[in-house]
Amino acid sequence: MRISRLVVLLIISIIALPLCAEELMMVRSPKPFVESMAALQESLDLHGYKVMRIQRVDVGLKSRGFSTAEYRVVFFGDAAEIQTLSQSHPELMPFLPLKITLFAEGDSSLAVTNSPHMLKTLYPDPDLQAHFTRWEKDVRAVMDDLMLAH
Amino acid sequence: MPTRWAFGLFISIVSQLALAEPDGAVLFTRHCAACHGLNGMGGVGVPLALPGLQATVDDDYLRLSIRHGRPGRVMPAFTQLTDQEVAALVKQVRSFNKSSSGFPAVKPPHGNAIHGAKLFASHCAACHGAHGEGSHGTGVTFSRPRDLPILAPALNNPGFLAAASDSMIKTTLLHGREGTPMLSFVKQGLSESDVDDVVAYVRSFAQPSQTTLPADTAHEPPILLRTSKYSVAETTERVKDVMTRYNLRIIRSVPFNQGMVETKDENPEQRIIDGCDFGFLNKALAVDPRVGLFLPCRVTIAQREDKVIIMTINPKRLSYIFNNAELNELCEEMSKLYNDLLDEAVQ
Ligand code: HEC
Ligand code: HEC
Repeated sequence: MRISRLVVLLIISIIALPLCAEELMMVRSPKPFVESMAALQESLDLHGYKVMRIQRVDVGLKSRGFSTAEYRVVFFGDAAEIQTLSQSHPELMPFLPLKITLFAEGDSSLAVTNSPHMLKTLYPDPDLQAHFTRWEKDVRAVMDDLMLAH
Repeated sequence: MPTRWAFGLFISIVSQLALAEPDGAVLFTRHCAACHGLNGMGGVGVPLALPGLQATVDDDYLRLSIRHGRPGRVMPAFTQLTDQEVAALVKQVRSFNKSSSGFPAVKPPHGNAIHGAKLFASHCAACHGAHGEGSHGTGVTFSRPRDLPILAPALNNPGFLAAASDSMIKTTLLHGREGTPMLSFVKQGLSESDVDDVVAYVRSFAQPSQTTLPADTAHEPPILLRTSKYSVAETTERVKDVMTRYNLRIIRSVPFNQGMVETKDENPEQRIIDGCDFGFLNKALAVDPRVGLFLPCRVTIAQREDKVIIMTINPKRLSYIFNNAELNELCEEMSKLYNDLLDEAVQ
């Protein structure tokens, strides 16, 4: 009796973990910016995502006279999936493609993104949940790859 | 039978997890290094490795700081960690600086907050803000130019006030934090009783603060959306025109699926228009270097059923995930701008 209650508690606590997953994901890659960017692209590729565009925010800022270290936003996704979703759920488009911000901080780099899990509260439509769940798993794995880049 | 096996395996894994002492270095890399640096030298967060901090604070301060975080000042509250994990993290933070022994204990301060308020205005407010709200921005922020090598933390923060004892604050004022802009105020000419008065004033900052999604924000929609009576092509021109007038420099205006498909398959009926107000962006980056989530300022144009719709994200709905009160204000400003812009474009 006591043991089974313990087991149930443990199971609940393990299952409950992803539920309180932070909505902002942030990791430090131990590598300088250029290598971190390469590692990020490689990992996205490995997880089956296409990099669709890289917004060079630092270049824009510098052209306007502001100083900053490298600062880029990487847009990515599965092209077919995103286009299908843009037709079936146009109101999801402002969040597509997915993006990860990567910026230099000294000899290492920071990667930041919202957890795709966050979209579940914003878009409760049952048709979308499986997409969000898969993105969450993959984006988390990509962020872990960056954190452990070597 | 297989279920029994699985059950046994599960139990053994779980008990392994429970018995093994959590690894502080691994926990620090996962939960803290993004902000405080791999070796505790700071970044988005303040340095944790400096001898001045280590000699001033006890383990309880570190433990409570981890548990409470700094609501509204970027650092999250780590409520999900076990007590053992937090203890391992405290040990890890201590390991960054093995040499420093603590400063001698101080007489518990019983000061006069009214006199303390005057001293605070003249000696502290320039860095810590008139009401102890801290510098604009946090930590060391290597990636951006800044006024101070380390930005002054918020002293009116409920997480700080819950973690810091009066004696810790007093010790900080007596000794300063060597290697940071925080000086010893005894060396700056304050008496011990003046210091006690300032401590009493800092303590009086205790205030409620918003840690979770505020109720009024929860009702905000994730996107801002309008229906346009114009064609996609006309709407695009109108949006570009309004964005330019709102000081957003147009970066590009292209089909939504550009970059996803070959040029011949691009869909002209779904478009995005990216713009940027670099002055505003520069300000936002100083407040929080993580704002890339909101970049660039994008208006999306699409067809829904037989209507043309135009959309932006709603920064006001999203900003709470950053736990940065100063950023919330900028996001509110952005949402207002987007609303005005969309209204004008469909007029
Ligand atoms: C020149 C700017 C400057 C002035 C003036 C200044 N401080 Fe600081 N203070 C800082 C900085 C920067 C830190 C962070 C040091 C660190 O990272 O260890 C700090 C840290 C502190 C801390 C510790 C906070 C924490 O989170 O660990 C306290 C308490 C404090 N200051 C109180 C005061 C008071 C009270 C005054 C006025 C008597 C004052 N400071 C004046 C810049 C300043
Ligand atoms: C998202 C960024 C972020 C993360 C993650 C984070 N912190 Fe912080 N931390 C900060 C910031 C920013 C401050 C200073 C707040 C201010 O300026 O008011 C701070 C302050 C602190 C302080 C007080 C330092 C002082 O000088 O008194 C301690 C201790 C601390 N953090 C420990 C940790 C530990 C341990 C972890 C991991 C469990 C962690 N932090 C995770 C951003 C972060």
